[in-house]
Amino acid sequence: MNSSEISYKKPLLETPFHKRTSENCYSNNWYRWAGYKVVNEYSSIELEYTAVRNTAGVFDITPMHKYDIKGEDAKKFINKLITKDISNIQSNQVAYGIWCNEDGMVIDDGTIFCFNENHFRIFCAERNLNWFSDTATGFKVIIEDISTSIAALAFQGPLSCKILNLLKVNNIENLKPFHFDNYNIENHNVTISRTGFSGDLGYEIWCDPSQAIDVWDSLFKFNRDYKVLAAGMNALEMVRIEAGFIQPNVDFMSAEQALRPNRMRNPYELGLGWLVNLEKKYFTGKQALIRHKEKGLEKKLVGLDVEGDKPAVGSVLYDNSKKNQAKEIGIVTAAMWSPVLKSNIAIGFVNKEHYKLGSNVYAEIYHPEELDYRKIWAECKVVKRQFFNNPRRNAVPAFK
Amino acid sequence: MNKTNYDVAIIGGGHNGLTTACYLAKAGLKVVIVERHEYVGGAAVSRELHPGWTYSNCSYVCSLLRPEIFRDLELAKHGLQIIPYEGSASMLDDGRFYAHYQDHDLTYRSIAQFSKKDAEAYDRFGKDVMRQCKIIKPLLKITPPDPTSFAPKDIMGLFEFAKYFAAKDELGGLGEKEIYDTIRFWTMSVRDYLEEYFESDIVKVHLAGSAIIGTALGPYSPGSAYVLLHHYMGEVDGTVGAWGYARGGMGSITKAMASSFKANNGKIIAGSPVTKILIKNNKSYGLVLENGDEIYANKIVSNLDVKRTFLKVVEEKELPGDFYKAVKNFKIRGSSGKLNIALDDLPIWKSIPVGDPAGTGDLHITQCIEEMEGAYDDWKDGKWSKFPYVDMCIPSINDPTMAPQGKHYMSVFVQYVPYNLADGGWTEEKRLEFGKHVMGRIGSYSKNFNDIINHAEIRTPKEIEAEVGLTEGNIFQGELTMDQLMFNRPVPGYAQYKTPIKNLYMCGSSTHPGGGVMGAPGANAAREILKDLNKKISTHYI
Repeated sequence: MNSSEISYKKPLLETPFHKRTSENCYSNNWYRWAGYKVVNEYSSIELEYTAVRNTAGVFDITPMHKYDIKGEDAKKFINKLITKDISNIQSNQVAYGIWCNEDGMVIDDGTIFCFNENHFRIFCAERNLNWFSDTATGFKVIIEDISTSIAALAFQGPLSCKILNLLKVNNIENLKPFHFDNYNIENHNVTISRTGFSGDLGYEIWCDPSQAIDVWDSLFKFNRDYKVLAAGMNALEMVRIEAGFIQPNVDFMSAEQALRPNRMRNPYELGLGWLVNLEKKYFTGKQALIRHKEKGLEKKLVGLDVEGDKPAVGSVLYDNSKKNQAKEIGIVTAAMWSPVLKSNIAIGFVNKEHYKLGSNVYAEIYHPEELDYRKIWAECKVVKRQFFNNPRRNAVPAFK
Repeated sequence: MNKTNYDVAIIGGGHNGLTTACYLAKAGLKVVIVERHEYVGGAAVSRELHPGWTYSNCSYVCSLLRPEIFRDLELAKHGLQIIPYEGSASMLDDGRFYAHYQDHDLTYRSIAQFSKKDAEAYDRFGKDVMRQCKIIKPLLKITPPDPTSFAPKDIMGLFEFAKYFAAKDELGGLGEKEIYDTIRFWTMSVRDYLEEYFESDIVKVHLAGSAIIGTALGPYSPGSAYVLLHHYMGEVDGTVGAWGYARGGMGSITKAMASSFKANNGKIIAGSPVTKILIKNNKSYGLVLENGDEIYANKIVSNLDVKRTFLKVVEEKELPGDFYKAVKNFKIRGSSGKLNIALDDLPIWKSIPVGDPAGTGDLHITQCIEEMEGAYDDWKDGKWSKFPYVDMCIPSINDPTMAPQGKHYMSVFVQYVPYNLADGGWTEEKRLEFGKHVMGRIGSYSKNFNDIINHAEIRTPKEIEAEVGLTEGNIFQGELTMDQLMFNRPVPGYAQYKTPIKNLYMCGSSTHPGGGVMGAPGANAAREILKDLNKKISTHYI
């Protein structure tokens, strides 16, 4: 980055899609993501959300951090970094993984693309160059932050495969979940992965920034018949809660960023124990994770089915139906009314006495009502965090 | 000869003397401040020293002033307002500049020009320093427990101290690692500390500045990392580590304190140097002023530094030998100079564009840690630094009250300047030569600086000592090194604001938690005095 790109008059960068996103952002409602300006809401969160669940939505995810890992020890490095074993990963496969510090506390999660044994690419929410570089000590790898060199769109929803088909993207329906390949969209070479944050059928499209506008325009080409909408971060937040995906610094504090050590969380507490392979010979945090597993959990991040229709945003959780006898046992990290499920759902931490599926806890909801709060004591049932799970998400060939 | 009786007489109206005075007056005591100058403020003053220009001619920026004191003394009501910094910068020899902004992403990109890793590491560094600040903040307000004492309050104090450090939850939130880090941080050199985070020279040297300001240590000296922490533990409106300008100059702080003091019936006797503390049977009972007047009080409090108090206004025969020796050995070395410059126009920098917020906060020209250490080497050799570290700012950009319209006031803090020159001591000629040298250094980074200088006040440690009374012109009333902190500040066994003389107290920056316009020593001293008088007040601080 050269100094001409830095100006106090422009604290936020524009993505290669900015021309299009700004044309469509009628509400002028922007969100700050990793130093970029991305749309929070284009015109209506309901319409954008509905497009993702009904046709397809296009999200500009360019600000996501991207790191290239190259060299003869690339695979060994990844296996030291993350908690699961990727020894058997094949080219064109994507792994979802988390990485922890030496204390077994989660730093971040991400998708890891395998180009070949000597070349991986990691996409993640937080900046990780320091952590990756620290981890790389002694390995023959080169780690490069390539965040600004790739433009990225998430194209998510039931018609996403159909529209790529109409654009003559050859054989896209047979791309398996958590795989990627090189394709061509109207004479532009792109990489497409069957990945995403919506919990539905969907793709992520990676291209050179110079082709960004053309690729964007292609996705809207069949709008007369199938209405694709540009969707903002608010809609993305809704679909990711329904899918039960978690976000660092929203649902848990990244161990690299938590100021208070007791705010850090291990994978078991986050319900991500399935991503930890303690059989693996060595990875960062292994010894600590063995201890964490033996010790058992003090708290766990669970799904909550909340009584009523008022979202339990930021609610404190209690153990008793009677307020005056209740003890605090947890906190809600994300909550919403789900239009597609017609349920009041939430993600939150509850203590060890209450995290089993089917347990009852109580949320104190402060619902704003015309300059006053209605205080609701809502019963919540502990459920699986994956609220929305449509079979089309993993079907091969994909629905078209 | 006038003789007047008071409950408490305070020697020196610096910000700590004023703070002590305000709390005691609030408690209903009859309090007098006796001040050498016609004005109060000590080193937190701003005066029109050149027609049309107000100079904050000693301390120049504000962060450390405890917010509880701000509230308790109603300083806002008495006219004090703090304007937060918008940014800061180091200018490079190659024409670029390195900047910090209020906007985090902008700062990230500014650092990433030099190193992407450092840009990320800055967050890591910030988090770790913030943790250390959280640990240290509650300690500022305590009277250090004496580890050798068996008095219940000391045993309880040590117990609280230990409990605090061992607490793994909400109390201190410290894990084992953080305890190790604390010990390291308090003892390391700032160079070694920054080396653990950063690879780029300009990043390291920009951050290292905070560790040497006012200190006779170099960036390679063990203990310098703590000084950085000392400069980071302040805040502006809850933003920890932030610095700001006091509107109207640093004197606005002490003017507001004086006004608050008078509102509680406090009395200030200005223009009256104290020549002697009256002591009988090891008990102090009054003061003798230069004009021969005597003032009697049950409690005497000295805002002067520990050396000035016990080597100048208390007679040696009144003091235990060990104490006298410890005071003599207290490190309070002069290492800083100050230039206050009236400018006919806004300086145009070769690197920072006009209007860029980076140019409105603290500005620096040191290129790397080695250059900074070299500047310290010069000081050890008894010379002013050939390549001095400067902490300069132009408060008049943000504060409309400091200079005439279209003109500007620049404050330049200079490190290092020895108290004694090796080649035969300071002369008027050498003082001017020193000023010219520093202005020449600054001028080489500007397009117009040399042409717009209207007036400059040049101050070596000698001038600072002569005006403010700080021994050797040391801005902290004694260096902030581990051997002189907590229960060792200023003298082991006398870290609780008391002295070997009964009814004589200390409230200046020579006492815990040390220098900076913080007010904590003054407020802590007030709390101890009130305790001894069995008086209670209910305030945010006490």
